[in-house]
Amino acid sequence: MVTGVSRDAGARCARRLAEDPSIGTVLGVDVVPPRAELGRVRFVRADIRNPVIAKVIAAEDVDTVVHTGVVATPGSAGGRSSMKEINVIGTMQLLAACQKAPGVAKLVVKSSTTVYGAGARDPAMFTEEMAPRAIHHHGLSKDAVEVEGYVRGFARRRPDVCVSTLRMANWIGPKTDSPITRYFAMPVVPTVFGYDARLQFLHEDDGVEAIHHATVNDLPGTFNLAGDGVLSLSQAIRRLGRPTLRLPSFTASSTAAAVRRARLADFSPDQITFLTYGRGVDTTRMRTEFGFEPKYSTAEAFDDFRRSLGTGAMSRVSSLLSAGLGALRG
Amino acid sequence: MADADVIPIGSGGRPGRGSGRRTTPSAAARALAGPGGRGKKKGRGDEGADTGAERSAAGRRAGETPVEPVGAVPDVDGPEAPAAFDFAGLETAVRGLFGEDGERRVAEWLAFLRRRLTGEYELDEFGYDSDLTDQVLLPMLRPMVEKWFRVEVRGIENIPTDGSALIVANHSGTMPLDGLVTQVVVADHTGRPLRTLAADLVFQTPFVGELSRKGGATLANNDDAERLLRQGNLVGVWPEGFKGLGKPFAERYKLQRFGRGGFVSAAMRTGVPIVPCSIVGAEEIYPLVGNIASLARLLGVPYIPITPFFPLLGPLGLIPLPSKWLIEFGEPIRTDDFPDGAADDPMLVFNVTDQVRETIQQTLYTLLMQRRSVFF
Repeated sequence: MVTGVSRDAGARCARRLAEDPSIGTVLGVDVVPPRAELGRVRFVRADIRNPVIAKVIAAEDVDTVVHTGVVATPGSAGGRSSMKEINVIGTMQLLAACQKAPGVAKLVVKSSTTVYGAGARDPAMFTEEMAPRAIHHHGLSKDAVEVEGYVRGFARRRPDVCVSTLRMANWIGPKTDSPITRYFAMPVVPTVFGYDARLQFLHEDDGVEAIHHATVNDLPGTFNLAGDGVLSLSQAIRRLGRPTLRLPSFTASSTAAAVRRARLADFSPDQITFLTYGRGVDTTRMRTEFGFEPKYSTAEAFDDFRRSLGTGAMSRVSSLLSAGLGALRG
Repeated sequence: MADADVIPIGSGGRPGRGSGRRTTPSAAARALAGPGGRGKKKGRGDEGADTGAERSAAGRRAGETPVEPVGAVPDVDGPEAPAAFDFAGLETAVRGLFGEDGERRVAEWLAFLRRRLTGEYELDEFGYDSDLTDQVLLPMLRPMVEKWFRVEVRGIENIPTDGSALIVANHSGTMPLDGLVTQVVVADHTGRPLRTLAADLVFQTPFVGELSRKGGATLANNDDAERLLRQGNLVGVWPEGFKGLGKPFAERYKLQRFGRGGFVSAAMRTGVPIVPCSIVGAEEIYPLVGNIASLARLLGVPYIPITPFFPLLGPLGLIPLPSKWLIEFGEPIRTDDFPDGAADDPMLVFNVTDQVRETIQQTLYTLLMQRRSVFF
């Protein structure tokens, strides 16, 4: 059973699982029917915030639950309170239902590296054991921390269930539509003056593969998932060839509000701090224990995303430079 | 030539004033550029003189300047060739101005600038930007190290040529210039980058934090230190921190407490040698005679320094005094022959910390005895 299939990431995970012949039936659960084609996935219209989900699990004799239903943007969920409701109450209800269902043997949770927060006191690379230094009291970051808390509680109460928590870096790729991709798609990209965040990305294909990998194998634990290497924010924007607008940090929240009103991108305060300080996660355990090798590095994933966007104004300057360079080298 | 061009561009119908303003720099530039400068494209003549005189002025500014002529070409040649760039002409002009060697250098700058503009450079996971550091940051600091402080380096052979090492140094001088100088010295003498561990205040400060990360610094904590050491880097640490940096001038060359000995346990866990490093001269660059404690508390910084020249002379007081520096790297202290779990033995860690501290203190006294005067 896959939750949150009305959105793109959930739908793609469900489709990928359905393609695997070793998996019997794939149930897709969400409140609204998915727009995307789901293929072999059977869609069940149910709300994970409602105890009805327990009946679905019992009636369909679900053995594996893949929880991708954590919403990152308040806009798409219809407001912050609704987003929190879906994320926190939805996860609680879902886990309560799983706890009562003896047939459930595996739980895969798609979490995010935002659980580590972002701040000036962060270590360069977070390993799975490290606690966040800068705690966020709002937005996806807080939701993700709370969701993981409930998942840990569930794992304690049901030690027979194999629980994998996948802390994924920001998904990026031609098909992903997230605050980050919208941010990079803006014609002029605003950044915070005097700071240059380190970013890691996970290609969308790798993300889907990782969910599949965790579903078909028994890999209990918490794992960081990200592409190799880091890009700095300024470097990423340069690679896009877009002009940057560097604004002082005290204007960041009003800029974010203006951007939100213009419907260009949807920013929460924790994303602003992320784009200020950045964050890196250590992926040693992804290779050793989780046994997963992403196909794309951070830079390759970003290049793939870049190809889906047009060229920006700055690219022309650099092509001019290349021509000048060619002339000088004779 | 300049006159003929300038009048149509327009100086409010007053050719005399316009030409007067334009000829002054071009004459100077022509004189500086020597026989190569043909008076055409004066902007480049100007820059050529600068860069020929001092390569270190290179940095980003010089990296960018060659572009200006590129942009300027259509303006100057506008009437004759309006559309395309005359790259063959550019090549001959560049060769004429800078010579063969200069042409290669201009090409290097252009290549560097193109890498910067397109983002085609690599960062490591700590955010270290070796391209920017080697091309811009270190060349910018080099005149300060070589000309201003005239740094004399001893015992450079104590730094291993491969494999990791932890360089532990005394901290002084109100502003952490000793860190930057040590970074340049190590990079120039060993050809290896020195990765420094910096206080969290550095990363909270705009620009400073960004540049430090790109220059190879990371937050001073055990996780980052051990990670850097495991990857085979030379790591520099100033365990006195702000206690050493902001101590009064009267207490110069008296080492403060060496933190909690975290650097020793990081070295023990990774089994890398500790190289003690003693820096003489940094104490005198900004003699700290007072501290505006209330303002410092208000701003959330450890201290607001009062030196004989700051804030009295305003920004001029920020120029460091040109003291003569001596930097000595001591015999490495091995940490790989301690038993397992030694890093968790506080007594042993404190002993090694004291040993390092004593070594640096003794070397400081020796160097001070040998020093003839503060400034020479």
